[in-house]
Amino acid sequence: MAAGAPLITFEKVWKSYGQGEARVHALAGVDLAIKRGEFVAIMGPSGSGKSTAMNIIGCLDTPTAGTYSFMGVDAGRLDRNRRAMLRNLYVGFVFQGYNLLARTTAAENVELPLIYRGVANRERRDLAMQALAQVGLVGREHHTPAELSGGQQQRVAIARAIVTRPTLLVADEPTGNLDTARTHEIMELLTKLNKELGLTVTMVTHEADVAEYAERTIRFLDGHVASDSMNMETA
Amino acid sequence: MIWETVRLSLRSIRRNVLRSFLTLLGIVIGVAAVIAMLTIGSGTTQKVKADISKLGSNLLVVRSGRPASPGGPGGLDQVVRPLAEKDLAALVAHLTGARAISPASQKQVRVIFGTESLTSGVTGTDSAYLDARDWKLVSGRPFSDSETRSGTGVCLIGETVHQQFFGAGDPEGEIIRVNRTSCKIIGLLEPKGYTGFGQDQDNVVLMPLHAYQRRIAGNRDIDNIYIAADDSTPTSELQPRVEDILRDARRMTPDRESDFAIRDMTQIADAMASATTTMTGMLGAVAGVSLLVGGIGIMNIMLVSVTERTREIGIRLAIGAHEKHILIQFLVEATVLSLLGGIIGILIGLGLAGLAAATLTIPFAPSPAVILLAVGFSALIGMVFGFFPALRGARLDPIDALRHE
Ligand SMILES: Nc1ncnc2c1ncn2[C@@H]1O[C@H](COP(=O)(O)OP(=O)(O)OP(=O)(O)O)[C@@H](O)[C@H]1O
Ligand SMILES: [Mg+2]
Repeated sequence: MAAGAPLITFEKVWKSYGQGEARVHALAGVDLAIKRGEFVAIMGPSGSGKSTAMNIIGCLDTPTAGTYSFMGVDAGRLDRNRRAMLRNLYVGFVFQGYNLLARTTAAENVELPLIYRGVANRERRDLAMQALAQVGLVGREHHTPAELSGGQQQRVAIARAIVTRPTLLVADEPTGNLDTARTHEIMELLTKLNKELGLTVTMVTHEADVAEYAERTIRFLDGHVASDSMNMETA
Repeated sequence: MIWETVRLSLRSIRRNVLRSFLTLLGIVIGVAAVIAMLTIGSGTTQKVKADISKLGSNLLVVRSGRPASPGGPGGLDQVVRPLAEKDLAALVAHLTGARAISPASQKQVRVIFGTESLTSGVTGTDSAYLDARDWKLVSGRPFSDSETRSGTGVCLIGETVHQQFFGAGDPEGEIIRVNRTSCKIIGLLEPKGYTGFGQDQDNVVLMPLHAYQRRIAGNRDIDNIYIAADDSTPTSELQPRVEDILRDARRMTPDRESDFAIRDMTQIADAMASATTTMTGMLGAVAGVSLLVGGIGIMNIMLVSVTERTREIGIRLAIGAHEKHILIQFLVEATVLSLLGGIIGILIGLGLAGLAAATLTIPFAPSPAVILLAVGFSALIGMVFGFFPALRGARLDPIDALRHE
């Protein structure tokens, strides 16, 4: 893949649910390109197809029609296990509801993707500790999610997403459950990871001040891209 | 990776101890029943075999009456023509391949010493009897030939009779009353314990045949003739010879069916052993059904577990778990669960078998093969019944699974 070539390309991507009368088009012919290292915010009203697009970007889902290519690979046509492999190698996920394993310590949660990659016990622990340090959670490694605040849980989730050194971070409303102060802390963390690690970040948000952390904002409306613009430099 | 998964499954089992235990109950009961059954069964078989060999190995027993035939009323045959002294004499004179030939007539009779009394199996026989039955004396001496011939009032007693009348004391030379006659104790038989059918083999009194016939039976009949084959002659070879000699002695024309029966104790031993084996097999099959029920319990709980942990499965799939990882995770969990049940079941089963062995005085005979089989079988049950739930978990769509509450 040539340098500067898009990491992510949507070509006339459709995603439809249901049959006949009840057929819903969550995405209706989306064209889109995101380059390596970009920090993109995705906005739009509820039901406009943001999460659907994110699931396809993260190789969790495939388009009904059109082409989705990820790192030059036609990811929309890969089978489940190959997409699982792509996710494990190149994609980190952060969800609105944290999605940590309950009754499992922060360190164990962060180690999880490494287990499926077959990393040895010892190295796994070291990498998990590093990732937790990167998100500023030193001293909380052996706490379970129930013993952590929302902001801390989201940091664990981010640590889990970056522990594999992914190319892409997919974050669907990562600050949706957090208060303002915590929101800005998490956004600063994501900005730092984008800048320092060159991590490509795609993030869904409903809040304009959250979107401002990104370099670029894509607005969805009824399954279409309504607008796509670069943000004013804020930092 | 596998160790990781086993640890994970132990953790999730521990999280729901009560539920896991209840789920396991089917497997536990099934395995315990199988293990107890088979262990008790093999103990019984051993015991029966030992008992039969106590009756005398390579032993033929002749009695009057036709061989038990289906529909033939044995009771009528018994009265036909009893065995007599000339039959015994013919065998002693002509039979080759026998180590010992001995007559025996038996009856339950009240035996009295002082103020104590006991109903005992009294046998009239001769000095070859001990050899034929493979019985030994602890002290004293067998009947002499002259005592046998003249029917002197002497007797050998078993340990139970000894205990009852003399405790630990020396019985030799004491006079006991048997029915309406008295006899002097000249020897004590080695203890033999109970048979598998609960018969006390030590509650016996032996006396010379003639003494028995004259003073107790009141006739000159011989109930049984015991014939012990020598080491180089199988009973199957001896049996037709015995039959020929007896038919001759009893002057039976070739067209008549023999009016006596020859029982081969070795055959009886085999028949008994195979009967217990069949019994054990049947009970084992019943226990197997409860294992099946246990397996269905495992399947049920694994389905519940997969549903409960849908979100966890979604997370794992999202971060890169393959179908096979999820499949293995739940398969291992089901297998560990049912193995655990199996092991508990084995312990309980062995405990029950040990208890039964102590109560029934049979040998405690746990078989490593059976235990291994039970371990393997319970693991297999986990795998088989865990497969469908595990597959269901593995096939979940990650997006749906993540959305699951
Ligand atoms: N599995 C599904 N089955 C049927 N319809 C679906 C499914 N998933 C999404 N949709 C529909 O697709 C459309 C887009 O959904 P999507 O989740 O992408 O919206 P969104 O922009 O993320 O909204 P929100 O801001 O509320 O999260 C909606 O109309 C939704 O009802
Ligand atoms: Mg959404």
